[in-house]
Amino acid sequence: MDRRVVVTGLGVCAPNGICLKEFTQALLEGRSGIRFQPELRDLHFSCQIAGKPWVKENMLNNYFTPLQLRGLNASGLVYGVMAGMDAWKDAGLASNTGEVPSWERGIIFGTGLLGVDKFREAILHIDNKNVRRLGSTSVIQTMASGISAYLGGLLGTGNQVTTNSSACTTGTEGILMAAERIAMGKAEVMLAGSCSDSGPYIWGGFDAMRILPSGHNDTPATASRPMSASASGFVPGSGAGALVLESLEHAQKRGAKIYAEVLGGAVNSGGQVGEGSMTAPNSSAVRRCIQEAVRSAGIAAEDVDAINGHLTATTKDALEIANWSAALGRAGADFPYINSFKGTMGHCLAAAGSLESVATLLQLEEGVLFKNVNCEDLHPEITDIIAAHRIPQNTLPFRPNIIAKASFGFGDVNACLIFKGYKA
Amino acid sequence: MTQKQRYEQLENIIKVYLPEDVTVDQIAPESHFMNELNINSAHLVDIVLDVEDAFDIRLENEDMEQMQTVKDAVAIIDRKLAQ
Repeated sequence: MDRRVVVTGLGVCAPNGICLKEFTQALLEGRSGIRFQPELRDLHFSCQIAGKPWVKENMLNNYFTPLQLRGLNASGLVYGVMAGMDAWKDAGLASNTGEVPSWERGIIFGTGLLGVDKFREAILHIDNKNVRRLGSTSVIQTMASGISAYLGGLLGTGNQVTTNSSACTTGTEGILMAAERIAMGKAEVMLAGSCSDSGPYIWGGFDAMRILPSGHNDTPATASRPMSASASGFVPGSGAGALVLESLEHAQKRGAKIYAEVLGGAVNSGGQVGEGSMTAPNSSAVRRCIQEAVRSAGIAAEDVDAINGHLTATTKDALEIANWSAALGRAGADFPYINSFKGTMGHCLAAAGSLESVATLLQLEEGVLFKNVNCEDLHPEITDIIAAHRIPQNTLPFRPNIIAKASFGFGDVNACLIFKGYKA
Repeated sequence: MTQKQRYEQLENIIKVYLPEDVTVDQIAPESHFMNELNINSAHLVDIVLDVEDAFDIRLENEDMEQMQTVKDAVAIIDRKLAQ
């Protein structure tokens, strides 16, 4: 990258933690945010558990005015605003309350489908021949870019304000897009993040595909089992993660706290050819994406100390490990440490990449690698490739220098980021 | 419901939509929603829906067009309730 880009702010609204402190503690302890959802039981879902941020009514008043709360029925928008505003504050930045837009500050905040509950409300009104009853906020709560638009208004940003969407790679892709924009000199500060709604209308399609676990409705905390021999599908999740990215120069000038440097990254697609399809990854593309990310970071494959995988707890986990191993040319005991945060959060879909990137960077802050959960019984196809001790079963006191983070999504799309610990 | 009660109920609906630079005591019968109370057109749509719910009436597009001031709104509500 041309200009150095650093991370100066983090924010989360996660199933296992609403603020950074709570989220960090949950990750240190491996505390699960996956809970039984009576709503899914009532609707006869096979999978009746999910990861959903526990947002209490009184918290909303810290982020929204009473007027903004009226008729607000878009959970992803709520999560995104909470995470985005928290990240901005964590970076020591203030909302622009002046008359001039902050030209050098922008937002890339992705999602899959925003405000699905609000959209349902609208559909019921419309089908009932009552379109006039929709109110004025139906559009802003249900347009995909509603989240970036909302944050743009709250922060007064004047640079690019947009929403990206690439299924489960959305969050990781958005961070790279924002970093590239800063590296190119087109912005100084970018809020990068992503959010995903909660609820049956988001998760139903996956339940219908029979790719969610149905045998853990009574045992939600052990349902999501990345890298485990007994993994039986991903647990659906929701929430939002956000990062403030900034040019190193700009961050230094204002004396900002620096979490890490974004060294490089790559996105690509397997084109749904060969073994790739709408829902299955093309391994050659996955490997290429990882290798391009490493190359763009100007590092060697052996420099990677730790990986935060996509690792959703489906049958594809072993294939992902094989792809990392082949891409980096490392196996057995030489393989980097690897973890997945989906064991405690579930798969937060469009929010996964940003939430997991925040968690990845909190490891640098804490000087640890957060534990994996629910993989005491590692899948033998995984331990055939890498040594079991590379998959921490307990939070490990180890401060990585370089961490790779990848996400893969429907549409055969891939994104990989390389972060480096920052030393002033 | 007395005239005063109707007005108070309307005032309670309106005050939610006031921007930060306008206070509740600036609401007067003569106040123009958009020009004086600085309520934007999107919020005016929501005020109409709230009025419909509060008074159990239905406002048509032409009613909305006539509803320029607080006094206009009161007159429309009175007329609908009398029907």
